Amino acid sequence: MGNFLQNVVNQIDPYVMQILVNIGIGIILALGLNVITGLAGQLSLGHAAFMSIGAFTGAILTIKLGMPFGVNLLCSGFMAALFSVLIGFPTLRLSGDYLAIATLGFAEILKVVFLNLDITNRALGLSVPPPYSSIPLPVYVLISVVLAVTALALMQESRFGRALKAIREDEIAAEAMGVNATRYKIQAFAIGSFYAGVGGCLYAHFIAYINPSDFGFLKSIDILNMVVLGGLGSIPGVILGASLLTTAPEFLGFMKQYRMLVYGIILIILMLFRPNGLLGGVSFKEMVLKIFRKRTQPSRA
Amino acid sequence: MLTIRNLSVNYGAIRALTGVSLQVQRREIIALIGANGAGKTTVLNTISGIVPATGGTIIFEDRDITRIPPHKIAAAGIAHVPEGRKVFPRMTVIENLEMGAYIRRDKEGIKASFQEVFQRFPRLSERKNQPAATLSGGEQQMLAMGRALMAKPQLVLMDEPSMGLAPLLVETIFEIIKEINQSGTTILLVEQNAHMALSIAHRAYVLEIGEIVLNGNAAELADNPEVRKAYLGE
Repeated sequence: MGNFLQNVVNQIDPYVMQILVNIGIGIILALGLNVITGLAGQLSLGHAAFMSIGAFTGAILTIKLGMPFGVNLLCSGFMAALFSVLIGFPTLRLSGDYLAIATLGFAEILKVVFLNLDITNRALGLSVPPPYSSIPLPVYVLISVVLAVTALALMQESRFGRALKAIREDEIAAEAMGVNATRYKIQAFAIGSFYAGVGGCLYAHFIAYINPSDFGFLKSIDILNMVVLGGLGSIPGVILGASLLTTAPEFLGFMKQYRMLVYGIILIILMLFRPNGLLGGVSFKEMVLKIFRKRTQPSRA
Repeated sequence: MLTIRNLSVNYGAIRALTGVSLQVQRREIIALIGANGAGKTTVLNTISGIVPATGGTIIFEDRDITRIPPHKIAAAGIAHVPEGRKVFPRMTVIENLEMGAYIRRDKEGIKASFQEVFQRFPRLSERKNQPAATLSGGEQQMLAMGRALMAKPQLVLMDEPSMGLAPLLVETIFEIIKEINQSGTTILLVEQNAHMALSIAHRAYVLEIGEIVLNGNAAELADNPEVRKAYLGE
């Protein structure tokens, strides 16, 4: 079976395969953030930090224990989810942008911690050996994407998913309907971070080298851009956003400038809807969400 | 069924309610009237747990619910139709109603409740797949009421159902409130439109700057010269 799959993978041009795997990982990361921001309406600015937890957990489990890759993926996801609960528990009890601030701080702290731990090889970063499995990595990516999309599609239509949407729309009204908003927000955050952890583990084994600096604020914003560009809360939208933002630099040689241009344009659009600016006493979360709410403003009769 | 004793609420340093006591008996419509800023909405928000009480007790069906979180109060049988309706704007009418039945698990019963709500509000049935944001103000009010009824509550808290609606629509809405009550649901109604509120209520309380200053039979209060002067525009 493993050999057969390896042959199939080998049929595909390595360059194309690299892009496809990157898209797949991007989709997993963006879908995770979509649960947190798109469905539950909570803004996380540290998604890359949870990705890094998964990446380092996965790398260390492969290096130290030689853990089978399937189990390793799950462990990496759970580790990220565990940390998200630790962050979410104090901050998600409150409504507002506390999560955004806490995740922003957490990401920075985590980076410094990883840069100073022996087990993560400090600033040198870790070289990651190939995963322990006969099935090639791209197949794991494909399976993970399929599972991630299926799980999210089922979740959206479930009682749980409806409750998350209600929290996003109006947290107080949702609570008045009997939704335990705090618990559901933490659960959504944990699920989204689990996705990030899995994505991080795949990324680590695919790139074969990880460094704490790979998972900075810009990476988090990258993922947020995928979700916002594609359409908050829409699975096809998120897949499109992740695909576009992952491949765009490949088609354009001058990648760095191009990405800054995209950030610039998105920021300008945001500013058009929020002329008060970032420091104008406005809610950042609302600012991100507002564009998508604009079209469906309640009509006054 | 609901007994509030000596309820006090502070918003930071500002005192919103002082020693409010009131009682709601099963199958009654109780009106709570008062001017802007008197604390009417605060009373409802405190009952449903959205605003924490500083002092006093709220007893619902022999159970102290003073310090219970909102989602558990909903599960206990109190539904809230909040001020400004607060429908879920980007969710469809059906999804909004499904959220109303969130605490229920009986699929057949929920189906029956859908039937009842659509019968009472045919307009909602016509627009069932539209996002709530696209409804008119009156339709949103109906949706908020329908959503509350989906929980099969014993007590419904209604906050300013007449707000921002045309006079003709206000009469329809109050007619529906009366019908809901006649089919066995107890209602605590907060209104600025004292005239309409007193016309359907059994008893009423008058709230002034955070304190209950008058209470009694709704018809008697409507004849009370002070009430007529302050709230009925005479």
